[in-house]
Amino acid sequence: MINWTRLWAVVSKEFIHIRRDRLTLAIILGIPMIQLTLFGYAVNTNVDHIPTVVCDLSNSREARLFVEHMVSTSYFDLVGYAGSFEEARDAIDKERAKVAVLFKSDYSRNVKRGASEVGVVVDASDPLLASSALSASAQVGLDMNIEVVGEQIAAAGGVAAPYDVRVRALYNPNLRSANYIVPGLIGVILTMTMVLVTAVAIVRERETGALEALITTPVSKTELMVGKIIPYIAVGYIQMILVLVIAWRVFAIPLHGSFVEMFAIGFVFIVASLGVGMVISTIAKTQIQAMQMSFFFFLPNILLSGFMFPVSAMPWIIQKLSHILPLTYFLVILRGILLKGTSLIDLLEFVWPLVLFAPVIVTIGILRFSKKLS
Amino acid sequence: MKSDDTQALPQTESGYAIEVQDLSKRFGALKAVDGLSFDVKRGEVFGILGPNGSGKTTTIRMLCGILQPSSGYGRALGFDVLREGEKIKEHIGYMSQQFTLYDDLTVIENLRFYAGVQAVPRAIRKERVARMLQLAGLENRREQMTAHLSGGWKQRLALSCALVHEPEMIFLDEPTAGVDPVSRRKFWDMIYQISDTGATFLVTTHYMDEAEQFHRLLFMSRGKQIAEGTPEYIKHECFHHNLWQVECNKLAQAAHILQDIDGVLDISLPGNVLHVTTNTSVRAEQLIENALQAAGITVRSIVRTQPSLEDVFVSLTSDDMENSREESDSD
Repeated sequence: MINWTRLWAVVSKEFIHIRRDRLTLAIILGIPMIQLTLFGYAVNTNVDHIPTVVCDLSNSREARLFVEHMVSTSYFDLVGYAGSFEEARDAIDKERAKVAVLFKSDYSRNVKRGASEVGVVVDASDPLLASSALSASAQVGLDMNIEVVGEQIAAAGGVAAPYDVRVRALYNPNLRSANYIVPGLIGVILTMTMVLVTAVAIVRERETGALEALITTPVSKTELMVGKIIPYIAVGYIQMILVLVIAWRVFAIPLHGSFVEMFAIGFVFIVASLGVGMVISTIAKTQIQAMQMSFFFFLPNILLSGFMFPVSAMPWIIQKLSHILPLTYFLVILRGILLKGTSLIDLLEFVWPLVLFAPVIVTIGILRFSKKLS
Repeated sequence: MKSDDTQALPQTESGYAIEVQDLSKRFGALKAVDGLSFDVKRGEVFGILGPNGSGKTTTIRMLCGILQPSSGYGRALGFDVLREGEKIKEHIGYMSQQFTLYDDLTVIENLRFYAGVQAVPRAIRKERVARMLQLAGLENRREQMTAHLSGGWKQRLALSCALVHEPEMIFLDEPTAGVDPVSRRKFWDMIYQISDTGATFLVTTHYMDEAEQFHRLLFMSRGKQIAEGTPEYIKHECFHHNLWQVECNKLAQAAHILQDIDGVLDISLPGNVLHVTTNTSVRAEQLIENALQAAGITVRSIVRTQPSLEDVFVSLTSDDMENSREESDSD
């Protein structure tokens, strides 16, 4: 029961608003740029180049060999030497270094006796950095041991390494965070802008009084709401393309999978987000309130959706919560398609909740909208 | 203005565009509109006058079908305002207080938008929009951004937008607020041009000088109607006091002195004379003359005169206020 003339009038008017409103344009183009820079470059979950001080009381060749080995992993950057253990500890306290490597004066002698101790002190106030430093330094010790022991066993005619574990990292062999984060950003950016922009656009119309004139016309709730969101579907696609191009050209992220499937599921997710914006617009009285509610919705999305932290590592109740959010499903699908080339059919268990959510939330938005004043 | 793009109206035997019986609207404890009863004939230009907050806007909103009445009965163009709001909307034009135009659209874009939303058929839309531009005198400003129009132009554009689908009934809520007199004159010219084609207008205003423009009008105060009829009828039948025109020197001082006399209800200064409203019970002529002469003011003449609509309105609202004070005293 949609009158196309009416619907088209609303759609074309909304397009003019978007084109002429600098703030909306800034949100549409600015947010993806800022998010890409922030998350693409700054957020890095594999911490390396950790500033490290060395305190070598043995002043030996063996100690220098160990330090060289550490630096060569690129996890540690040598930033200075300390004359005593206290001085090394001081360097950590004063934020000049995150790791201190300590060699006692009898280190060189002990290496030969097989009882050498290397002290590695880590500033664990940042757990992400600490775990990186701990595993990297342990690995260095292990490597050096194997080297020495291997030589001895080989000399005695034995088998140096009876177990050979071969790990192959699929899809992202270099374990780059950007490969994981940037495709996810498509979902985060759409959630942020689509919800905000629709909510504000509808509430603004109510605030200026224009809606009062509109509700005295025969235009139906569906024509009005659907007409208002159609232009933003186009906007959502522009954002998706923008992020994909930057992911490919700037971050050199290998993109697999079908773009047709990607834009098909993108449509569903955009409509779902616009629907959330519509519902917010029926609750918020002012544009400021609409913005606050949009951010209130945005926060759990960024934290709980698996965008930064894996959902599987969350407590049970939080996992349940994260499965209410459309972004949780969309992220799995996005990464599946873009990073692994998986098809939508294989991701069906994540696709159907989205396909269900989108029309339901839009319907709620339309039903809640009233052509009466209260 | 017989519309060719809206469906036929139900035939009302009465020939009334608006029929209202005991219509009320409460917002919590506040009675915004309290027991209104009036009719508007088809083709009339009907006015609702009242001070700010008297319930004019609430009344219009109920009749447009965008606000649910609390009680009473109302029909607009034969449709029930309680249940058939959406049907009313197919046949009316509405212009709210804030000239609800889109500032970031040009003049012609605003008109095209409303033509589209009102589903004016594509074949006649261009011609219709052009006619509206001509009616409002906006042909040379069609590409101008609405935000840059002055108040008078905006007002005429808003009216054009409300008229673009040629509705049978047009509601205008304080359309002339904050607009200069020349623009107001042009605006009324537009209303009468459209009215000549048979459309019905219901207009609210708080400008008394506009009251003479209406075929019939309704005075409202504090949500209640305090008078209804043609301007002539109201002037002759609804004024329950006497009005004296006093010619004298030292007008300001004279006004000050007369204020304190028992039985004097209101004093106004229309030009270089005093208008004094008094109770009919007092011998006002004598009282006024004595008081002024005692103060050394030269009185040239005191004559009884016909009240203007403004005089009637002021006296009726002051009566109403008096009643309300008595009501609250007796509570």
